[in-house]
Amino acid sequence: MNIHEYQAKALLAEFSVPVPKGIVAMSVAEAVAAATSLAGDIWVVKAQIHAGGRGKAGGVRVCRSLQEVESVADALLGSILVTKQTGEAGKQVNRLYVEEGLDIDREFYLSLLVDRETESIAFVVSPAGGMDIEQVAADTPDQIMTVKIAGDAVSVTESGRMAAKLGLGSDQLEAFHTLTSNVHRMFRQTDAAMLELNPLLLTQSGQLIALDAKFVLDDNALYRQPAIAELRDLDEEDPRETEASRFGLNYIALDGHIGCMVNGAGLAMASMDIIQLKGGKPANFLDVGGGVTVDAVCEAFKLLFSDEHVKAVLVNIFGGIVRCDIIANGLLEAIKTHPMRVPVVMRLVGTNEKEGRAIVKDAGLDVRWAEDLDQAAEFAVAAAQWEQASLSRCAVDQSDQTGRGLT
Amino acid sequence: MSVLLDRHTRVICQGFTGKQGSFHSEQMIAYGTSFVGGVTPGKGGQRHLERPVFDSVADAVEQEGAEATVIFVPPRFAADAIVEAANAGIKLICCITEGIPVQDMLRVKQQIANMDCTLIGPNCPGIITPGEAKIGIMPGHIHLPGRIGVISRSGTLTYEAVAQLTSTGLGQSTCIGMGGDPIHGMDFIDALKLFEADDQTEGVVMIGEIGGSDEEHAAAYIRDHFSKPVVAFIAGATAPKGKRMGHAGAIISGGKGTAEAKFTALETAGVAIEHNPTLLGKRMLALLG
Repeated sequence: MNIHEYQAKALLAEFSVPVPKGIVAMSVAEAVAAATSLAGDIWVVKAQIHAGGRGKAGGVRVCRSLQEVESVADALLGSILVTKQTGEAGKQVNRLYVEEGLDIDREFYLSLLVDRETESIAFVVSPAGGMDIEQVAADTPDQIMTVKIAGDAVSVTESGRMAAKLGLGSDQLEAFHTLTSNVHRMFRQTDAAMLELNPLLLTQSGQLIALDAKFVLDDNALYRQPAIAELRDLDEEDPRETEASRFGLNYIALDGHIGCMVNGAGLAMASMDIIQLKGGKPANFLDVGGGVTVDAVCEAFKLLFSDEHVKAVLVNIFGGIVRCDIIANGLLEAIKTHPMRVPVVMRLVGTNEKEGRAIVKDAGLDVRWAEDLDQAAEFAVAAAQWEQASLSRCAVDQSDQTGRGLT
Repeated sequence: MSVLLDRHTRVICQGFTGKQGSFHSEQMIAYGTSFVGGVTPGKGGQRHLERPVFDSVADAVEQEGAEATVIFVPPRFAADAIVEAANAGIKLICCITEGIPVQDMLRVKQQIANMDCTLIGPNCPGIITPGEAKIGIMPGHIHLPGRIGVISRSGTLTYEAVAQLTSTGLGQSTCIGMGGDPIHGMDFIDALKLFEADDQTEGVVMIGEIGGSDEEHAAAYIRDHFSKPVVAFIAGATAPKGKRMGHAGAIISGGKGTAEAKFTALETAGVAIEHNPTLLGKRMLALLG
């Protein structure tokens, strides 16, 4: 789970990590009031969305007067910000964070993550701060250092290695060690999956400050981090993904035309892959999970049928814990309110396979049965292409009629 | 021969009397596994599924000679359950539980690092030696005793591969689901070492997915140390960056962990890569001739 920059900074402050003074604003008036109470004569107005690359996209603006704060806030609030990480659709800006301006000497990159290689918590640091770190890693990998933290706390030696990489002087070493120790303590106590300060700032007066902050919570630890769980901002999430998660479904929206319903994450990914191999594009990733109920399956079908991009649905179930009759009954339940407006291809094997097929057949539903996944993918891709082609034929027919009407 | 598990392995279940534990223990018993009892703290002395219930794993080891365990306890207690089993001297620990916080698993891995035990999972389907015994949640009937070792990060996708190996008549020596979490026990290399040494195993089907670099490490190992044919599929070629695809470990982050990079690494190492997950069985059959 992601949280906003201002929320991550509040967490950092709780762990005594220096952050700029700032106030969150939900309206233009609040933004101006925030700038006024921060005093000073330079402010930074930052769009709060769950995506990086805001600066380049115009979501972070330096303002030199209250009037400028007002006009920037007015322009940003409600606007759609398209950054490298949002995708083409972009994200709507609903919150701003107004911060004091700071004198910048140098900018660094510093992050913490769970390193799969060393099976430990590790720091990643770079003197190339404020930039896209993936680009830095690709162009100048020698500018990046990964430091595995061996014990329960950061040692002075470990901090020293990082400080040397960043080119910090000996007079800054103590402050840097305090900072690394505090972010590491925060990482452990908050069940973080990722914590990124980019940039970490060295001011002209020699102070280290987290100018930007990104925090990702380990979803598996939500239950024991109730305070952070409350920071969840549903506006930042795809409403379909949120709806699906309420039913214990793993759903991720994609940009293709074939709606997928599968049990198991690996099989769900493999189903997407084979659709692509057959010349189609998946509209979503959907893993119904092991403990799925008729209600959840019903909800899953509704999600697929109500997605206007979906031109065909592929159901691929290899029943182990999941029973095929549950899938069939879920479909019957769903079509009571959401008619099957697109072709449905079903491949049901495993537990209660016969019962599942019988339920669908007895209900007289017009689904296409596939014997294996290869055939199922072929059928679904062909069906989706047929649907799309007939849609464009309709469009041509209509324009014909319009044309005739004009002549 | 097979690896890690056969009909004589004495198996217990932690979380024995719960809904999942009961259902799957019954299935394991029906498959012929030497299932000697289970653990549910506070219910020691009772009987369940005609087997004894113990308060602790140590009791089960002492009284029934338990050698392997399957864990179904809820996520918040699962990390401790793994450590308890290791401390009690269990040699094979199979953790089915999904949703264990990743930092708990960091702690577990440190605690069991120097102990004489093999951890499979968490968030995995388990391990089966067809015709002998199963520890886990996989449907037993799709398996066939045979010649191919299967190692996978996925559950249901493994069943897909297993069904293909069964229908081609190749069958399986042992199938291991290593699970979908970023920090986990047994990895591809651990399994490959066992399959290399196992006479019954003539080839290996390997199923990876996006995220991490287990597959790249496996590729290097196969190139230098593995003599039997390997067929590999990587799930997630179409997965978007930065999105967790169901499994906590299945995420492309920082430009790393793409399916393409893994396919390339494996192909360079001489592995028969297969982009179509429905052709794994036929591909292996062709390789073995």
